[in-house]
Amino acid sequence: MGIVVIKDLNKHFAGLHALRDVNLEVEQGTVHAIIGPNGAGKSTLLNCFVGRLVPETGSITFDGRSLIGLRPYQINQAGVSRVFQTPEIFGDLTLLENVLIPAFAHRDGTYRLNLWASLEGEGDVRDQALQALEDVGMAEFRSVTAETLSRGDKRRLELAMCLVQRPKLLLLDEPTAGMSRADTNATIDLLSEISETGITMVVIEHDMHVVFSLADRVTVMAQGTPIAEGSPGMIKGDPRVQEAYLGAAPA
Amino acid sequence: MRGSSASGRYDGLLFAGFAIATLLAPLLLAPFGAGYPDLLQRFAIYGIFAIGFNILFGLTGYLSFGHAAFLGVGSYAAVWMFKLLSMNVIPAILLAVLAAGLFSLLVGFVSLRRSGIYFSILTLAFAQMSYNLAYSVLTPITNGETGLKVELSDPRIFGGPAGGGLPVPEIFGVDMHTTTDVALFGFNLQLNVGFYVCAAFLIAAFYLSMRIFRSPFGMTLKAIKSNQNRLNYTGINTRPYALTAFVISGMYAGLAGGLLACTDPLAGAERMQWTASGEVVLMTILGGAGTLFGPVLGAIVIKYAENIFSSFNKAEISSFYSFLPDGLRDAMTSMTAAFVGDGWQLTLGVLFMLAVIFLPGGLMEGLRRLAFWRRPGGEPEETAARRPAE
Amino acid sequence: MNAVLLQILNGLDKGSAYALIALGLTLIFGTLGVVNFAHGALFMLGAFTAVTLNHLLTLEKVVVSQTETTAWGTPLEIRTPYAEQIFGDFGQFLIDYSVPISILIAIPVMVIIGIVMERGLIRHFYHRPHADQILVTFGLAIVLQEIVKAWFGANPIPTPAPESLRGMIDVGAGLGLQPGSVIYPVWRFVNFGFSVVVIAAVFALLRFTTFGMVVRAGMADRETVGLIGIDIDRYFTWMFALAAVVAGCAGVMYAPIVSPDYHVGMEFLVLSFVVVVVGGMGSLTGAVAAGFLLGILQSFASMNEVKNLVPGIDQVIIYLVAVVVLLTRPRGLMGRAGIMET
Repeated sequence: MGIVVIKDLNKHFAGLHALRDVNLEVEQGTVHAIIGPNGAGKSTLLNCFVGRLVPETGSITFDGRSLIGLRPYQINQAGVSRVFQTPEIFGDLTLLENVLIPAFAHRDGTYRLNLWASLEGEGDVRDQALQALEDVGMAEFRSVTAETLSRGDKRRLELAMCLVQRPKLLLLDEPTAGMSRADTNATIDLLSEISETGITMVVIEHDMHVVFSLADRVTVMAQGTPIAEGSPGMIKGDPRVQEAYLGAAPA
Repeated sequence: MRGSSASGRYDGLLFAGFAIATLLAPLLLAPFGAGYPDLLQRFAIYGIFAIGFNILFGLTGYLSFGHAAFLGVGSYAAVWMFKLLSMNVIPAILLAVLAAGLFSLLVGFVSLRRSGIYFSILTLAFAQMSYNLAYSVLTPITNGETGLKVELSDPRIFGGPAGGGLPVPEIFGVDMHTTTDVALFGFNLQLNVGFYVCAAFLIAAFYLSMRIFRSPFGMTLKAIKSNQNRLNYTGINTRPYALTAFVISGMYAGLAGGLLACTDPLAGAERMQWTASGEVVLMTILGGAGTLFGPVLGAIVIKYAENIFSSFNKAEISSFYSFLPDGLRDAMTSMTAAFVGDGWQLTLGVLFMLAVIFLPGGLMEGLRRLAFWRRPGGEPEETAARRPAE
Repeated sequence: MNAVLLQILNGLDKGSAYALIALGLTLIFGTLGVVNFAHGALFMLGAFTAVTLNHLLTLEKVVVSQTETTAWGTPLEIRTPYAEQIFGDFGQFLIDYSVPISILIAIPVMVIIGIVMERGLIRHFYHRPHADQILVTFGLAIVLQEIVKAWFGANPIPTPAPESLRGMIDVGAGLGLQPGSVIYPVWRFVNFGFSVVVIAAVFALLRFTTFGMVVRAGMADRETVGLIGIDIDRYFTWMFALAAVVAGCAGVMYAPIVSPDYHVGMEFLVLSFVVVVVGGMGSLTGAVAAGFLLGILQSFASMNEVKNLVPGIDQVIIYLVAVVVLLTRPRGLMGRAGIMET
């Protein structure tokens, strides 16, 4: 049994069958890439997984626990962190605060009325947060307001916000979208390091360079359903994939 | 944020400064002609109201248009305590805070199911509902249009009807109206018990607000304003956080309402009207929403301006323009009269618009800019120099 | 049965005011994305157009008679409105019909006010947070209503409907019920009919004209409409003016019913916002339907039978409905997804 098991998932949007009978299994500790042309249902799948969308039928099991019907914050507390396609950070807050919030959420759960504690006094959480910033190489900018960061830096910050929670599963939605080649390579290196710590990752990605450098396994989706799955090498040579994806609609 | 001890010391100084300034208010504000008890009490009470409102609006960004309802509930609760229990202000204030807290829990629980404009409208609707009910079916509790006040026939448990006039609120035997005159630096200072009771609560209110601002809880509230979506995916259930902030700010409003009743033991439904809710919004944004000291500053500025503007009458204005020829003088007089006296609300509306248009960060932001503008180098070094290379 | 009919009729006139204000709010919100707290003030200004015209027309010339005296022996003052003096019988007609005639004046006046408001203030708030929009229009509402108060005083000003429309209609008799059981003021029928015409006109304008097409497209996707080379800002200015005219006309027609005072707009605004929320933010049909629905509901709640059952229900029914609707159907009866969700 994999850490993620998705069975017979279906989701409609007003006539569009966005996900049809999706079955997917992700093994613990692997990097699993999901690729496919635009509109293949990759993002819908991700949104069903994190609780933003509710599928009509099917089951999603994470770490032996069903995620259907849970709210996004409950799914996060179960050990799933998500990086968005457009970085979602707390723009008005400093980098350190951006990382402190998930760190506190990890320690305190979905709600805790700690209004008498002082931020200065929470040494261990602060240390974790600083360490997470250090890990993505941003510790020296901890007092900067997050909004002023470049897009690539925002992405690294978002990654730090996820990592500080020590998630079991990290979901990445096009982590290198809009990045320069150099930034992309830096991100690949960073993600490889993270994967070596044993965190399972599911990556949605358009950039084949990223997919083939990172992924242990690849699932190809087209028109709302997986059409092929295998190691990167197998996928490269699969004629169905070339037809559905590389040949028909190069992204 | 860097150097935890430095920032802690800074907060300590800020709080000490605030407490001292509050206690010395009769002296500090005397040169402005604002050193008399009645006005000082209003500064402190509306300062508390605005500090509380700021915990909700300034931190979470939820714009409530119904906070006057909690102030009104606080006033009614306090007056009932005077009527039924005792003229001591402490139980009155306790019940005021409790009643407002419970009421805001109810209103907040429902209103916070929606955000943005929906939330504003829901709170407005609740406030209007309370206002309408206070004037109609709740008359047995609110005494309708006359307003609720302490009467000779009240069945008070402690210190029942004494001979003579109406009893006045007291704190452990000391009359709230007691005033000691002290001459200092050429000013005749009126040290008033009522003011110092309000001041003590203001200092406590400020301290709690400061703790909240510096706590993980307060940081989470700021994150609600900044990006609620991210917060959801960070494992935090935002609604109970927002509800806690709502109830805290409702209790602050109740405290302010209770203190209003302590300084003058009557309560009327007009305190719950939407204009009163709008006033606390104005105080907060004029001073600077999301800043610690801004709301108090806003409350002082508004109440001071109200006091100045609404005190003028036509004859005074006319004498002010006495240097002008008659026709022009009359025209100027009636023009000005529209803004003062009964027309004070017009000035308030204009202030409101000017604040939103030209001072989005409020007075605190204006002061900050002024400070950096005067210092060579302009921008604070932190944001300018420590921005990472891109 | 009779009582039910009567309450429905009673609900229609409040309902038409709610519907017209809510319609304007929705138009402004849907196109400009601005929450206009000053919309009630536009309603109030419309009502005061009628008050002003009535006031101007009834300005009187006072002549002290040299010959006649009153019963107390003082010289008799003969008061003649200038309008009558200048236009004769036609002047009398003008005075009598001052409210309907005010519509003709209110339209250009409200267009100008609308354009000035949009160009001068609202435009600069398109990209500011909703809280700022609410605050600045809230301030504007206070300013407008205080100006009116400074000018006209704080008391309600009776503004009569034309003599010929002041009577009652026996609706009951017309429907074959017992005569005299359901009687209803003529002017309220006129008001209702007028509202229906205005609503129909707005919907027709949106459906059948190029202007309407652009506006509807703008409501659906503002960015794109701007990108395809249409000067959307100009359309938005007219859109705002249109909403102002609708609110203003509603105010004029409502003047004989309420005797307007300076804060009549705010009372209607708060309720109209609730109406918009119940109808569904961004839905024009929702706004109109909810307006009439809540108007009727409110008039049922003010029946004595109901009030005895649930005291005070007439004061809060609309708010209660709003709370229930928001809890069970967060987007309102006909709301679109994703509107103002953040």
